[in-house]
Amino acid sequence: MTTCTGCSLLCEDIELVLKTGAISEAKNLCRKGQGHFQALFTERTKPMIDGKEVTLDQAIAKAAEILKNARTPLLYGWSNSTLEAQTVGINLAKKIGAFIDDTSSFCEGLLMERILNGKIPTCTLDDVRNFADTSVFWGTDPSNSHPRHLSRFSYYPRGEKRQKSYEEERTCVVVDVRKSATAHLCSNYYFRVPPDGDAEFLESILTVLDGKIPKTGDKKRLIELGTILKKTEFGVIFPGPGMIYSMQDKMDLFEELVARLNEITTFKVIPMVGHYNMRGFNQLMLGQTGFINSVSFRGGAAGAATTHGPEQGVALAAKSSDAALIIGSDPLSALPFGTARALAHIPLIAIDPRRSLTTDAAQVVIPSALSGLEAGGTALRMDGTRISFEPITESERLSDEQILTRIMEAI
Amino acid sequence: MVGAMEIYMLLPKTNCKKCGLPTCMAFAVGLLGREKKIDECPPLIEEKKYEAKLKKLHEVMAPLENASETGLIIHPEKCFGCGNCVVACPVNVAAEPTRCAVGLGPEGDKVILRVQDGVVLANNLKECRRFGPNKILCNACTATCPSKAIEFV
Repeated sequence: MTTCTGCSLLCEDIELVLKTGAISEAKNLCRKGQGHFQALFTERTKPMIDGKEVTLDQAIAKAAEILKNARTPLLYGWSNSTLEAQTVGINLAKKIGAFIDDTSSFCEGLLMERILNGKIPTCTLDDVRNFADTSVFWGTDPSNSHPRHLSRFSYYPRGEKRQKSYEEERTCVVVDVRKSATAHLCSNYYFRVPPDGDAEFLESILTVLDGKIPKTGDKKRLIELGTILKKTEFGVIFPGPGMIYSMQDKMDLFEELVARLNEITTFKVIPMVGHYNMRGFNQLMLGQTGFINSVSFRGGAAGAATTHGPEQGVALAAKSSDAALIIGSDPLSALPFGTARALAHIPLIAIDPRRSLTTDAAQVVIPSALSGLEAGGTALRMDGTRISFEPITESERLSDEQILTRIMEAI
Repeated sequence: MVGAMEIYMLLPKTNCKKCGLPTCMAFAVGLLGREKKIDECPPLIEEKKYEAKLKKLHEVMAPLENASETGLIIHPEKCFGCGNCVVACPVNVAAEPTRCAVGLGPEGDKVILRVQDGVVLANNLKECRRFGPNKILCNACTATCPSKAIEFV
């Protein structure tokens, strides 16, 4: 049994048969997880400096040198690292006075902040399986992003109080801009919103919950949705990036909706985190600095001059930094063009088990062991459940944690 | 997926009864259920005027040849490996109540559907509710598929 680190569901029931450098058989692994592990054998990185292959020690020494000489380094990524590696990473940022940010500043950060601060109620995915009767997927398509979400937790499994499951006892509602694969499964309760129309849709639901007729949208269907939400015994809302991008500074409205729903019945929120340990990083940062992401430690460890804000987030920090360490992430292909271009113009150090656009453009590439397969550790699932895993195969490659510790020692 | 009416349109429509069935429509349903074969319609094979129809019929029936005994067709290239069908299949749930029923992947080999190498795989089709003459038209696996990777004839 191994744990798949392909997405934030951290499925623990995977059976892998490895044969001479390839996966010969994988049971229960979804297509996304299969790609996650299989790419390791075809797209493996090698230690490199300026496109030339070097030894691991040389690459680590060069990385330390770049970070040491940088005035304002940026440490970015972290969502695909274990809690242990993230702890070392935060200490490294404190030591060198760097900007530190993870993928949540471009993704679920706005919502995650409210959840970790206790402003929005949340529950575990096991509670969802055992008790939930209504799942609302808002701005997300789990069939593609988290393939086993519906089958393991939110719709199809039989739980303690939900023995009849999807056939009779569970309802699945999808709110999205397009008819996604998930929306096809619950087509009766698919609500289409125009791009950027989430706030208006949300206001309409609030109006319906107050017993009034909404001014905009399909009134009949909105009243139908209001009835479903009111009749729910234990509901869960899964907001995805689609909803968060659309809401931005109107997130208070969502908080209001959840509070209003909780006056009527029980409603919880679980953010659809993409990377396997984004929540872990956010929780660690909250414990150490009071902010979940986008922090600058400029002023050194003793100074403790931590600042937080959009200027410390990757979008702006990329433009004011003079070197960046990217770990387990591919910002050059994932982030907006302006940010990616700013990053591409400064010396990059990429720590990644697999090749990506970022490792291709990086000055220093340090290959790491893949968590779950070659390295063990602990991670937080999307609902905050702590999951520990052990490596299933031996590898001469160092884990993220070991690499970061060696860089820190060399500085 | 092809329907009985589409097949009927490609038959002679003379109700000659040479196949042993009372009407061409009954023969079309027989073809779809794989109880009859195209060769069992003598006029279609022997008479020249039906040549074009016969060719078209072979084309239409080609995808059905890959179907299993229960009429199950899996398109691995469309499958996400999400396991919705594995968890929804009533036979799987009965076989592994502590695993399939609560959303985990199966351990034993009594189940019909399982996810292997990222795509769904069917075994033990004799256990399927659609197997044999007294079949029940269960559609738990097709109805729960987000990508239409599973179909029944």
